[in-house]
Amino acid sequence: MKLENKSRIVVFILSCLVWFLITLKFSLASIVAGLIFSFITALFAGEILIITERKFHLGRVIYTIGYIIKLFWEMLKANFNVAYIVIHPKLPVKPGIVRVKTNLKRDSALTMLANSITLTPGTLTVDIDKEKSILYIHWIDVKSKELEPATRDIGSRFEKLLEEVFE
Amino acid sequence: MKIFKWLFGLIIILAFLVLNFFVLFQGIDFSYKLINVLLFCIVFILIRVVKGPSVADRIVAIDILGVLIIGICALLAIALNRSYYIDIGIAWGLQSFIGAMALAKFLEGRSLDA
Amino acid sequence: MHSLALNEIIGYVIICFGIMFDFFGVLGLVRLPDVYNRLQAATKCVTFGSAGILIGVLVYSGFTPTGFKAILCTVFILLTSPVSAHAIAKAAHNSGIKMAQETVVDHYLDDQNEKPKEDK
Repeated sequence: MKLENKSRIVVFILSCLVWFLITLKFSLASIVAGLIFSFITALFAGEILIITERKFHLGRVIYTIGYIIKLFWEMLKANFNVAYIVIHPKLPVKPGIVRVKTNLKRDSALTMLANSITLTPGTLTVDIDKEKSILYIHWIDVKSKELEPATRDIGSRFEKLLEEVFE
Repeated sequence: MKIFKWLFGLIIILAFLVLNFFVLFQGIDFSYKLINVLLFCIVFILIRVVKGPSVADRIVAIDILGVLIIGICALLAIALNRSYYIDIGIAWGLQSFIGAMALAKFLEGRSLDA
Repeated sequence: MHSLALNEIIGYVIICFGIMFDFFGVLGLVRLPDVYNRLQAATKCVTFGSAGILIGVLVYSGFTPTGFKAILCTVFILLTSPVSAHAIAKAAHNSGIKMAQETVVDHYLDDQNEKPKEDK
């Protein structure tokens, strides 16, 4: 089977699931309308979900759950950090933009890494240089200006998990 | 001077919280009081929109306003017990995201294709 | 005032946490010195706060259409909000908005000055 059609079938099943979950009404008209709209969605926007041929295995699911738990914990820490800075009368900020090196290559992995960095304590992704594989990070409380310590402090929190999930 | 401004802001916020939860609005549902707190947040966002020294400050404020309104819609959904308010929230978030991206591209001085 | 069930109490507690973080984020938007710091505080806190409100709505209303729509909306916020923050930060830096006086280092500007400017 071609990859596009496989992706379309997956999108069709997912949209049916979403429709039945958000209506929770099992009359004939509702089911027919859901099938029709899922078919239209799969026809027009179906081929963008799966773009590479990869095997499914259980380890990736476990790493994904670990990634989500880790992301939630880091977000909680980030929020208390920002709350402390904002409440403090003297505003203890020392901002700057530093370079961080990354080993990830795929676009989806890089996007998820940048989003995770934005949601974690004190950091915000400004730009990605894909050829040199360098991320430019705005850091609200700069601890070191050089490449290596900054990479250890910022990038390595998620890089291992994302490597397992996406590569 | 800075510490006086800080104390002034603290007094205003505490006065608002006490008035909102314990003095005014007795006898209405608790979720409406929470909605009042979010509306007070929107006043701060409007201060930043009016005062903001550069264009980017205003864009940030508008982007944040969109995300706050999703929260208000979710609270309205449980206050009035209607599920379609969250649909309004999703649509508002989508519009706000597209608007923020368009404003960012405009600020950067590029066309939307690049 | 009717007496609340257990899931409604837990839902209200989560919603109150979310609103607290929303409030801190907006306070950061007013207090911090320049665009990038404001963007950091506002994006992190307001995203987490609104996601917290939606999770609280999910716990409050259980497995009803409201709850599933809340899950969809949470995923949507967590995916889109960092992207727009990144776009605004990059656009602000490229359009030449100055950073605050407290800034200690700016490697991005240095790297941009090194390579020759390509015309767009």
